Formats: sequence, C-alpha cells, structure tokens
Amino acid sequence: MTPGSLTVPLADASSAAEAGGKGASLGFLARAGVAVPPGFVVTAGAFAAAVAALDPAGALRAEISALPAGSLAEIGRVAAAFRARVVAAPLPPPVAAAISAGYAALGDGSPDVAVRSSATVEDSADASFAGLQDTYLGVCGSSPVLDHVRRCWASLYNDESVAYRRRLGMAEDGVAMAVVVQRMVGPRSAGVMFTRSPVTGDRSVVAIEGTWGLGSALVSGDVTPDSFTVSKITGEITGRRVSPKGRLHSFIPNGRGVTVTDTPAAQRETACLTDDEIRALADVARQVEAHYGAPQDIEWAMLEGDAPAAERIVLLQSRPETVWAARTAAPVAAPKARPADHVLSLFGKPQ
Amino acid sequence: MTEQQGFPLPSQIADVPGAENWRSMYQYFTRFQPDDDKRFWFYNSMHFPEPIPAFDSVTSEIPYQAIGANTARLFVFPTTLGIEHRIVNGRVYITANPVLDPAEIGRRAEVFGPRAGYYFEHWDSLYEGWKERVRGLIAEIEGIEVPSLPEWEDDDVVFESRGVAQNHYLVENFGKCLALYSKMWHHHTEMLMLGYGAYVVFFQFCQQAFPEISDQTVARMVAGIDVIMYRPDDELKALARLAVELGVDDLFVEGAVAADVLAALETRGDAGAKWLDEFAKARDPWFHVSSGDGFYHHHLSWNDDLTVPFTALPGYVAAVKAGGIAPRPTEQLMAERERIATGYRELLPTDDEKAAFDQMLGLCRLVFPFVEDHKFYCEHWFTTRFFQKIKEFGALLARVGVLAEADDVFHLHHTEIDQALADVSLAWAAGSPPLGAGHFQPVIAERKRMLKVLKDWSPPAALGPVPEALNDPAVRMLWGITAERIESWLNPDPDEVVGVAASSGVVEGVARVLHDVAEIGSLREGEILVVPVTAPSWAPVFAKIKAAVSDIGGSMSHAAIVAREYGMPAVVGCGDATKRIRTGDRVRVDGDRGTVRVL
Repeated sequence: MTPGSLTVPLADASSAAEAGGKGASLGFLARAGVAVPPGFVVTAGAFAAAVAALDPAGALRAEISALPAGSLAEIGRVAAAFRARVVAAPLPPPVAAAISAGYAALGDGSPDVAVRSSATVEDSADASFAGLQDTYLGVCGSSPVLDHVRRCWASLYNDESVAYRRRLGMAEDGVAMAVVVQRMVGPRSAGVMFTRSPVTGDRSVVAIEGTWGLGSALVSGDVTPDSFTVSKITGEITGRRVSPKGRLHSFIPNGRGVTVTDTPAAQRETACLTDDEIRALADVARQVEAHYGAPQDIEWAMLEGDAPAAERIVLLQSRPETVWAARTAAPVAAPKARPADHVLSLFGKPQ
Repeated sequence: MTEQQGFPLPSQIADVPGAENWRSMYQYFTRFQPDDDKRFWFYNSMHFPEPIPAFDSVTSEIPYQAIGANTARLFVFPTTLGIEHRIVNGRVYITANPVLDPAEIGRRAEVFGPRAGYYFEHWDSLYEGWKERVRGLIAEIEGIEVPSLPEWEDDDVVFESRGVAQNHYLVENFGKCLALYSKMWHHHTEMLMLGYGAYVVFFQFCQQAFPEISDQTVARMVAGIDVIMYRPDDELKALARLAVELGVDDLFVEGAVAADVLAALETRGDAGAKWLDEFAKARDPWFHVSSGDGFYHHHLSWNDDLTVPFTALPGYVAAVKAGGIAPRPTEQLMAERERIATGYRELLPTDDEKAAFDQMLGLCRLVFPFVEDHKFYCEHWFTTRFFQKIKEFGALLARVGVLAEADDVFHLHHTEIDQALADVSLAWAAGSPPLGAGHFQPVIAERKRMLKVLKDWSPPAALGPVPEALNDPAVRMLWGITAERIESWLNPDPDEVVGVAASSGVVEGVARVLHDVAEIGSLREGEILVVPVTAPSWAPVFAKIKAAVSDIGGSMSHAAIVAREYGMPAVVGCGDATKRIRTGDRVRVDGDRGTVRVL
C-alpha cells in the first residue's frame, strides 16, 4: 500500500493504521490463502481527507476534544451535529472517485456489498468499543455505497464512542476510521468460532457456533445458536448441541438487503452444519490460528452449493481471542525426580 | 446435589416378592447392617450385572479380600483402605473405606512410597515373574484331581504305603481350588492397583490441561497395539486362511455345528489332520478366552464351548475367499497413537508441563501391557479352568446322587459344597448312601426359581447419602463413579441410557440384544450390538455390527478398544442397557456423549 492511498484492495491491506483492524486482518487472511469475500478498503487516509474537507482548520474536532467527559448531554449535542455534517457533506472528488472505482471493480452491474466499519483503534481498545462500529449489509449501487461509507465514518462520532474517547482522554485528531467494502455473501449458515473453548479455555478444541442464514442473527442475539466442539488433534466432533433457531436473517440480492423471518419449521431444530462442514470449519480455524500464532475469534459463513465443504467456507473476520489470553494459568504439573513420584503424590495427598 | 434428593437407604430395600429367601444363598457377612445406612454404596453393575448364583458369590468374596489386602495392608495406600461389599436381592453393592485423618495419611505415605516405587522401578521384570507365577497357578488348578471314589483303592495306595484314601482328597482338593483362586486374585491385584494409579494420574493431568478432552482420547494415547486381547481373533483368522489353503473351507458354512465340522475334518486326510493340528495349537492357550469377564460360572471359554469360534469361522472363510482379511494395521495404529500424543503435548504451554506429560504417559505405557493382559491370565484362562474344575466336583456329586446334574453345584455356596463333600466322604467310607439329595435338591430348586425372579429386579444405581468426595482413585478409574455420574443416576432420562463414551461417532440402527455369546448366530449385518459385556471372544462380531453397547466396561475395556480400532461408535458401562433396550428397537448410539437413545 503506497502511503496516502485512498483505497486499497483487500488482499493488499496490511496496516491496521491505514486499513483498520478488520481490513488488515481480512488482508492477512486473504494472503494466507483463506477465502474471504472480494473487496477493498477505504483507508484511514480517505477518512482524513474527507474530514479535512469539512473541518479544514480542525475547529470542530477541537470542540469535541474540549468536551468534559461527564457531560453526556453536551457530548450528545456536539456529536450529533458533527455526525450530520459527516453524513451530508459531499466527498472530496478524488475520494468519491476512488471508492466508485473500487466498487466497480467488484463486479458487473451493481453488485450487493457489505459496508463495514474498520476502526484503526478497534483491536487495541475495549471490545465494547469495537461493537459500536456500524456494518451495513446488502448495499447496492455506487451512490448508496458512498452514503454508507459516510455513515460508517459518522459512527465514529456516535455518542457512546465520543463519550468513550473523552473518558480515556484520547485526542480527536488521532482517531480515524477505515471502511471495508466487500461482496455480500448469502450463506446457507454462518456464525463464529473460537480456536479454544470459550467456556474452559481448552486449547485442544475448536468451538463453533452457528445458525441458518446470515450470522447477524447470532451476533445480534436473535437466536440461540447451535454449538459444536471439535478436537483439533483427533478431528472428532466431541460436543454437539442443536438449539431451536426461531429467527432467520436472509440476504435478498439487488439492493433489497436483509429480511428477518421465522425460520421454516423443518430447519428450526435441524443442525445448521453437517459433520463434514463442521470438520472443514475446524480445519480452517486451525490454519488461521497457526498463521497468527495465537488463539483466534473468527466469523465464518458456509455458502450454498454442491462443492466440498472446505470450498464453501468464507471468513468475515478473525481477531485474537482476548478473554483467556488475559488470564495466566498456573502450570498443571511439573516433572518429578522419578515418573512414579506422580503416582505416589496422587495417592499420598488427602483429597 | 443435596442429601434430600439422595438414594434409597440400604434398610429401605425390600425383598423382591417371591425371592424373600435370597439371603440363604450368601454368607452372613455380606448382609447390610443398620449402620450401613450412613454410608454411600453403589451397585457394581460392571462386574455383577445379574443376580449371582450361590457359588458365584466367591467372585465377590475372594476378589475383595485380595484388593483390600493389596491397598490397605500390602502397599499401604495412604488415602484408602479396602472395598467392602454387601449383597441385597442377589446384587453386589460396594463402598470404599477412605483414610481421612491427615496424620494417618502421612504415616501410611511413609510406607507406601518405597513399596510402590519399587514396583514401578522394576515393573517389566516383575511382570515377567508375575506371568510365571500365574501360569504356575493355572497348571496347578488344571492338575487338581477330583477323586473318583472307586469301590476300593488301587494297590499303589497300599504297596506304596500312602495310607490316605481318596475320600480325604474330596475336601482337601476342593479347598485347594478355592485357595488357588484366592492366590490368583492376590496376584491379580498385586500390580493392578498401581497400574490403575498410573492411569488415574495421566487422566487427571489431561483433564486439567485439556478440560474438554474425552476419556477415550486419553485412552488412545495410552493403549498398546500388541496386546493379548487381539490374539484369539487373529488365531481364528489364521485358521480361516489355513482352511482355504488346505481346501477344507467347504466345511465352514453358516450354521455348521463345531462337533460336526471337527468330525468331518477327521475324514479329510492330511489336509484335515493338518488343520486339526493347527487348531489344537491355537486352542492352548488362546481359546481360553472367556465369553464374559469371568465373574459368573456360565462365562465359558471358547474351549468350553466352541460355538463362538465356529460361528465366526464361516464369515472369516468367506472373507478370505473374497480377497483376504486385511491384517490389523498396526503400524498405522501406532502412528496415529503417536500423532495424537504429540498433538496434545505440543499444546502444553510450558516445557515443565511437557516433561511431566512425557513422564506420566511413559508410566502409563509401561504399565499398559500388564493392565490389559492380566485379564487374559486371570479372569479368562485361570477362572474358566477354575469353574470347570468346580463343575467336575459337581459331576461327582451328581454321580453319587446328591445333585440332579453337575451344573447344580453352582447353586450351592462353597461352604455348602464342603458339607456335601463331607457327607459323600462319610457315606463312601461307611458304605451307605449320602443324604445330600434330600437336603440340597429342594434348596437348589428354590434358588433357581429365585434367581429368575431376581433377574427382573431393577437395582438402584446407588444407596445411602451422596458422598462429598470420591476418594478412591481406583474406584473412579474402574467404575467411572464421578460426581457427574451420580448426578445422572439421580435424574435419569427415561429414553436415554447413559454410559461411558468409549468410541466416537453417532449412528442409528436396529438393536440386537444378546445376553449370551451362544446367541451370536442371530446377529444380522449392520445391527447395533447390545450386550452385558464384551470380551476378546466377541471380537469376531465387530466385523458385522455398526455400533456396540454394553452394560459393563470403561474407556479402557475390551469393547472400547476394539470399537475404536474398527472406528465404530461404542457406549460401554451403561449398567442396564440390555434391560432397557429390546431387540428390534431403533436406537441412536452417540459415542461422543456416551448415550444411547431409544427412538
């Protein structure tokens, strides 16, 4: 990526400062040979150019920086005004042109895309902050894409985000927001997976959660997902809980976005993944974990079709697992002078 | 878990109607006492899945005196004394006696350390000596003579001035059988409790390091590849190959009876003679494998009843003709075992943990051959010889009119057999008829009737207050009694049979419930086998079935190990699967969760 690029193909995105955490991780995955939906990143540089255009002297941002952290009403008023400007202001022509060109390169006609915030501070900051960034699914057409990029940028100035930055005393001129624009996928099922057990921290398993249709049903808490546990070592599916999945989020092509319906009765209590698909996901999870060298928290989608399961997987996100990584576990055992001493101490100690 | 939702108390167990006299079958010291209500007991369904005939109660009396002696007195295990057992309505309940006082544990640990350390340090050479000693016991039990009580003694007894008449040896030699059985059990536990200790240590380590690891995966890292349990089946396959090579394979057809096949081979010249010669070699010792696990007199060996091998042979012969039987992929199995162990080892975060893992796994693999193979020497070979010897005494008692038939001897307690033999001894000496028929035959008839009634009783899984801690590692290892297990006993699901997840995978199919190995002829291709217990003698059926379910066994049991090799789901140690599942039921066997659901 050349410094100052306004957009960059997803496969070339590597710097979190330019492409945001999400964009950089998707680029990392793509270069590792993992399938991700094709797309491009609107860089932090494009954001900076756009903000500079609507706030040339930085006065508006200085105003935000000066807000007292405890003054929520004041924060709300100032942030709303700034958001309105971000959403309404026309983009500088080079930025608009770069985004439109990136979009055009994604396919003939008007492909449906997902427009996803990719904050440059996302991965280093509190997870709750990351969750505040917006994602728009099923956006279609050049002009709507530009609108939604601006909305993603504006989400950097929603009340909670600003309040959060004020609490931390972060400088406003340091914040930036990249945006990922990717071809939409309409998966048969989707969800998240962890390369260690979220419940026990066990690193020998991959824990998969999934539901029918788009993963948004799971992320938003609209359904209780099916869950599966796979041993990384033996490949055996050692845990399996199929839940009644009442709601179904589906992607409708051609700009019609996402619909939420009741799940058809036949699917409700049926596992959203076959055993082959479960094992193929676990394989990808292991590959990604090995590539990063640390346990991962991954968003996945399983596409429709007759192709082998491994060829129908796309990943939408991978980030380091943070909960168990933050804990320090005491070693389970240490070697002893003689192997038999392990037995002697087991039988010898009061239980 | 609270005490309110605990199990029935021993004193609350009512006699099964129609079998109120069950106590007459067992020794007085096996009965529940009032104070026993204060302790937790669990039903040993693993070893005693059906009501025990009077004589067969030796298989609790003698093993428990041997196990307790080993842990409490011989090695002085710090935290445990022995195991107590009680019999109610024909079923055996047991409890372990823990040592709770830390000072006492410390005092015992001083003795235990050097003693256990000595055995681990010299394990392999001790095991070699052990095999010699147990083979010696087997030779002794086979060599015991049951007096024939002739009209008068041979000349030798007089001219060699032996001076002791045969009736003396009735009681002496019967007593020797029991003494040898007891010695065998002392040797059985001699190394076993320590061996289990090595397993428990490694299992606990793996469960702490990898909380979601299954017992069966740990077992796969430990399991030996070249163990005796595969040998009988391998011999059978070799005999099938030989039959084809020699051109006598036409005799091995579905439904052919062993005696007819053997008689026909006699008429087939050199080829027949060669096959019979190899057959005789294979029989000793490999056909001493039991159809059960050696806790009942009706667990016969292949040698006692050739039905099992001769039911399996036609299938193997057909397989040989259809292109051969693939040998066990031992190298592949070995590589897989190493791959799994290395995979888990690599996930351990520190070098210290890796080193500890190596030590513990190494220790398990050191003890594994003994832990696995001792069963062949003890429960199979020795025990089937022991029961056959007792049956010879039964044949004598039948010949002199005390019993209606030889097998009835198993409905008398061993102290009663002593009485019957004393009666016969006196009668032979006095020249009068023995009085046992009138005394014992009505008793035996009543006991046979009671055993049938008791068979339908569903014993509670446990009795008494739920314990706060399960102290005895051997109990946990052998019987799989954990807090979760007790919880599932307290809150059972009526359509779900819960056992030990022994081999992974999920399949649905039609159940075939077999209570006896003699019924294996009725098994159809692709059925799900449901049995009280499987032992190496059952191995041939695994080629036919889709999944295996057993009442008895843990993740290291024979059924579990064989099922993992065949890659089929297995759930073992279900307790009452053969009662709750019927032949023809459609069931789902979940070898990952250890459940069998009747659909």
